[in-house]
Amino acid sequence: MKTKLLESTKDDLVRPGTSGGLADVYRERFLLKLLVRKELKVRYRGSVLGIIWSYVKPGVQFVVFYLALGVFLGMEQSSTNKGGLANYAIYLFSGIILINFFTEALGNASRSIVGNGGLIKKIYLPRQLFPVASVWVSAVHFFPQLLILVVACLFSGWHPSLLQLLAAVAGFVIVALLSTGLGLLFGAANVYFRDSENFVDMLLMIATWASPVMYSWTMVQHKLGEMWYSIYQVNPITIAVETFHYAFWLPTTDGSAGIPPHLLSLWIPVGLVVSAAVLLWGQLTFRRLEGRFAQEL
Amino acid sequence: MTTAIEVQGISKQFVLRHTRSLKEAFIWLIKGRKGDLSEKFHALKDVDLMVEQGETVALLGFNGSGKSTLLKHISGVMIPDTGSVRTRGKVAGLIEVGAGFHHDLSGRDNVYLNGAILGMTEAQIDERFESIIEFAEIGQFIDTEVKFYSSGMYLRLAFSVAVHTNPEVFLVDEILAVGDEPFQKKCIAKIQELAAEGRTLVVVSHDLDLVARICERGVVLDHGEVTFDGGIHEAVAKLRGA
Ligand SMILES: Nc1ncnc2c1ncn2[C@@H]1O[C@H](COP(=O)(O)OP(=O)(O)O)[C@@H](O)[C@H]1O
Ligand SMILES: [Mg+2]
Repeated sequence: MKTKLLESTKDDLVRPGTSGGLADVYRERFLLKLLVRKELKVRYRGSVLGIIWSYVKPGVQFVVFYLALGVFLGMEQSSTNKGGLANYAIYLFSGIILINFFTEALGNASRSIVGNGGLIKKIYLPRQLFPVASVWVSAVHFFPQLLILVVACLFSGWHPSLLQLLAAVAGFVIVALLSTGLGLLFGAANVYFRDSENFVDMLLMIATWASPVMYSWTMVQHKLGEMWYSIYQVNPITIAVETFHYAFWLPTTDGSAGIPPHLLSLWIPVGLVVSAAVLLWGQLTFRRLEGRFAQEL
Repeated sequence: MTTAIEVQGISKQFVLRHTRSLKEAFIWLIKGRKGDLSEKFHALKDVDLMVEQGETVALLGFNGSGKSTLLKHISGVMIPDTGSVRTRGKVAGLIEVGAGFHHDLSGRDNVYLNGAILGMTEAQIDERFESIIEFAEIGQFIDTEVKFYSSGMYLRLAFSVAVHTNPEVFLVDEILAVGDEPFQKKCIAKIQELAAEGRTLVVVSHDLDLVARICERGVVLDHGEVTFDGGIHEAVAKLRGA
């Protein structure tokens, strides 16, 4: 066995179809790039507005939420509504773009294996590429939204510190890891049980409301008490949304609202660890299930 | 001689019928998961196949005898239940025409995408691009979306990309029947050229005269078992006789 390892060269007899997991994705990054490009091209085929849709959709969503929640339900702070949130529009939008990223990434990653079944059944290639490409495509759609957010922030007197920007990067990484991990998990499960994509849809609906996108974390703390609030906080999406509030919204206000205690010292590391653990779990499950993809699809 | 493909005692079972009802599944669970819940059958049964480098092998057999399944095991798409498969060098499969093609992309994009799917690097595709479209006779249509191609053009491009991957082992499943006469001749000439270069070929085709021209060795499969392995002419005779 040992000599075999030593002699192992490119020209040895090898077992075909052996997966190297996410390392294969890195090795096949050119193919990953082409798959992402294909997805972006195909998505907007025959549409006049093309990629502008990825601005229009969140824009409309934002306006609707802002009017309904900020104005009608009184979340926005004003001279007549002192208890509201200052700059609620920015508060809302900074959370929404992150949730949109998560929703699109996980939703598409969960469908990616079944969706590419025709290929997976016929040609061997690292199958992890498909969920990873889905997350990547969503990241491409995320950046224009981020740009809009930054412009809006600049108009509102944004003055972030380096620490705040780093926190936002950590928030983005948390969501990217989490959606890749869950995407691998549900993408693989979907081959065996098509229920899994419906389950994901339900999960995504909950995700929007289970993190402080539209309301403030203090409301949760008041209602739930410390113990339940800690459980609420463990959700990586909650942590990521809070990092975005900390980076984009807080520096446009007078800073009096504050951020959840220990966000930097405790919750960001917790979020990173939880997401990394989910990624590991998703990856292990995927590798256990992928051997039978071709015959089950 | 060096071995290019080593298939040792592989078996593969497929599910014939999934769980019949929830009740049956429930009873099965209660009884401690005894026996099999679903009916299975052997698509491949204790198949051995050793192919030396440079050999040209035809897989023959009637529909459903397991030819495609065996090719999928060689390419790594499927993993055997028992036994082992090992291959040497790059394996490229034309398991189905243009499996990696996307209708809404141009011919050019598809060449890159399919080339990468079949394991070529960016530099390799750049370098062979001209040669690929020349062989496919696509010409000015290279920037047209593939959905507007005739089925012949589509096949030619797919075939051309596959042969340009320079594989050591080339797997071909039922594709030679498609395409017009001149292109079919060209494909066959190309395949013979690959064989002459010492590449290993495993070909599945229903056109027995054709495979007899391309291959030297014939392996007959019947219900997942190898029933004959020898010269192509005897193999063809056996299949015709049966
Ligand atoms: N993924 C699958 N699940 C269940 N049965 C399959 C699957 N793939 C092939 N089969 C069955 O296995 C048998 C062999 O199929 P195949 O290898 O495609 O035959 P052929 O020799 O015609 O290429 C057929 O009876 C086919 O129906
Ligand atoms: Mg077949």
